[in-house]
Amino acid sequence: MTDSAKHDEILLSCQNVSFRYHKGPWILRNINLDIRRHERLGLIGPSGYGKSTLSRLLAGYDSPTEGEILWKGKKLPQKGFCPVQMIYQHPEKALDPRWKLKRSVSEGWQPDEELLKRLNINSKLWFSRYPNELSGGELQRFCVARVLAPDTEFIIADEMSTMLDAITQAQIWNVLLDEVKKRDLGLLVITHNNSLAEKLCTRIVDLRDINGAF
Amino acid sequence: MKNMRKHGILNRRTLTLIIIALSVIIILAVTAAGFIMDEELYAPHFAEKNLPPSGHHLFGTDWMGRDMFARTVKGLSVSIYIGLLASCATSVIALFLGVIAGTFGKYASGIFNWFVDIFMGIPHLILLILISLLLGKGAKGVAIGVIVTHWCSLGRIVQAEVLALKDSQFVKASEKLGKTKLWIAFHHIMPHVVPQFIVGLILMFPHAIMHESSITFLGFGLPAEQPAIGIILSEAMKHLTTGMWWLAVMPGISLLIIVVLFEAIGSHLRMLLDPYSAQE
Repeated sequence: MTDSAKHDEILLSCQNVSFRYHKGPWILRNINLDIRRHERLGLIGPSGYGKSTLSRLLAGYDSPTEGEILWKGKKLPQKGFCPVQMIYQHPEKALDPRWKLKRSVSEGWQPDEELLKRLNINSKLWFSRYPNELSGGELQRFCVARVLAPDTEFIIADEMSTMLDAITQAQIWNVLLDEVKKRDLGLLVITHNNSLAEKLCTRIVDLRDINGAF
Repeated sequence: MKNMRKHGILNRRTLTLIIIALSVIIILAVTAAGFIMDEELYAPHFAEKNLPPSGHHLFGTDWMGRDMFARTVKGLSVSIYIGLLASCATSVIALFLGVIAGTFGKYASGIFNWFVDIFMGIPHLILLILISLLLGKGAKGVAIGVIVTHWCSLGRIVQAEVLALKDSQFVKASEKLGKTKLWIAFHHIMPHVVPQFIVGLILMFPHAIMHESSITFLGFGLPAEQPAIGIILSEAMKHLTTGMWWLAVMPGISLLIIVVLFEAIGSHLRMLLDPYSAQE
């Protein structure tokens, strides 16, 4: 594969994806979406339009009711380290409350000191704490560090900075964008904050335009 | 400031540990004392019958001149022993069924819930009496009765816990970080279920002891010659009208104290094991 072809490679693709819970109403209907390596895609839309549901499908947390999600043309691997990693809106739910943070942050890989420092993680003080002793912003940094493993190729950030203050938000996004550019990772930003999406992304998709359920 | 906080943490924690340790020691002491007790201590002495509580007979004596303190300790020890045995067995059943119902999907949990509903729908005492009668009363009947009837609520707690954990964000994240199901079961699920289970187990003891005493009191449990707390209380009922209050009050309060001690162990242990209060 030539460099430019690799640059333009389709990483994640939704093919006619539909989703509903049990026999409930369709939440997502006939969604077609390709995400290429070179772009940083922003997925926007108001609450309740299925943004988070789509992100869960893309990350492999749930399977679509109809249609397929493809990772580089194949199904997403079910076992082993998943190349698609998600950063979730609620870091306090994404970390085991009974684990000290040192253990949580190194669950997938051992993040190096340099990355921790850039994320402003105070490893000396915070590593021996439990998640309920730190604030949401502090925890979210751990979640970011956790998913930036060497095998990660795509990051889905689902409203990852919504409940953070502006300074923390900027800090975390700067580090994440740096890493994405440096390692040539794919990035999907899910947000209902249009100006944030415009700032971060190279392409913006409004879920209302591609979701046939609404 | 920092030092002060540290001091506070230490105090609270130590206090909790002391309460737990004291409760355990008292319960163990009562149980052990009952086991090694010389039968002579609660043998009839007809010269000393119907004595009210005094320095010599702490809980008084009954109409046969038996020392009520010794009988109470012996009776409590039998009750604790049967209660411990039965609660441990029933908790293991609860853990086993709860984990299966939580892990193996819709049908397993459907069957599980059906059984739980049936057992919870029938009053415990009636079921206990039936089972105990069927098995010919005695310690075996009581123990098996308690084992069969008491697993439901703890089982449901375990099941709910496993179900909630399975869908929790941190377990999903762990799967995506390449961890196997078995690894997750040991490192994420177990540490959450085990403390719940231990606390549930300890809080089951008082239930088991109370039920054992009540069916013995009603005459469907342990045989009359055994100095069980239920027997003591039901015999005391016959003599209550003659003004011998100590026959019922003293053993009754002792039973209450043992039950409260178990509750204290359970609830304080929960405080220690729960990360939200562990460092308070």
